Amino acid sequence: MTDRPIDPDVDLHVPAQRAEPRGPVLAAIAVGGALGALARYGVQVALPGGPAAFPWATFWVNVSGCLLIGVLMVLITEVRRAHPLTRPFLGVGVLGGYTTFSTYAVDVQRTVAAGAAATGLVYLVATMAAALVAVVVGMRLTRRLAGRR
Amino acid sequence: MTLVLIVIGAVVGAPLRYLVDRAVQARHETVFPWGTLSVNVAGSAVLGFVAALPVNDGVMALVGTGFCGALTTYSTFGYETVRLLEEGARFHAVANAVASVVAGLGAAYCGLALAQALT
Repeated sequence: MTDRPIDPDVDLHVPAQRAEPRGPVLAAIAVGGALGALARYGVQVALPGGPAAFPWATFWVNVSGCLLIGVLMVLITEVRRAHPLTRPFLGVGVLGGYTTFSTYAVDVQRTVAAGAAATGLVYLVATMAAALVAVVVGMRLTRRLAGRR
Repeated sequence: MTLVLIVIGAVVGAPLRYLVDRAVQARHETVFPWGTLSVNVAGSAVLGFVAALPVNDGVMALVGTGFCGALTTYSTFGYETVRLLEEGARFHAVANAVASVVAGLGAAYCGLALAQALT
């Protein structure tokens, strides 16, 4: 196991994260989480959709958030040493608050209830596929731009 | 007012995700991301419950968009799945993806069923 974490929120295999000071870390996460949630709400207002429609707002939120976590984690674990509150604020807070798994699950439920089960199934699979590809693209792009690998 | 309610929900939800993740991860030795799975399943259950209740927009902003949205995460889930693949833990990666979707959806339907039983 390298010192690169599996869990970007908190990985207890990394000694520095095991000893993280609770107060400042929780405050950074709270502020970041609020900003992320507001940004998500902004996208949802900008891209409204009916109950049977493909939930584009949540789709783009989750895919863009996954691209950005890939960029962020490569930057702070491979490219340069970041301030200790960078990961809590940007990763756990902003990106964690911005992206959502609960809305993803309930979006599927809602499309099925509206009689658009096929749309729900496509959304379920497409989000997963696009999100994972986005993480990989974010990581590879950042490594290339930083001159790594 | 909607924005204030979203902020209040998120200020509670995001740190709670970190604390639950920490607490769960401290209780096992494997690389499987049980912590993130736990918050995502719990948040999906709560949102499934609230979304099926006849609640007003304020409650949805506070509990749905703010709290559940910030408690659950797709970026952490996505990054963990990719990192497990990078580390060669293909079974864990696939299990994480499948379990998250199955348990998350199942939890949302449990929330829905509970709400329907209560109303």
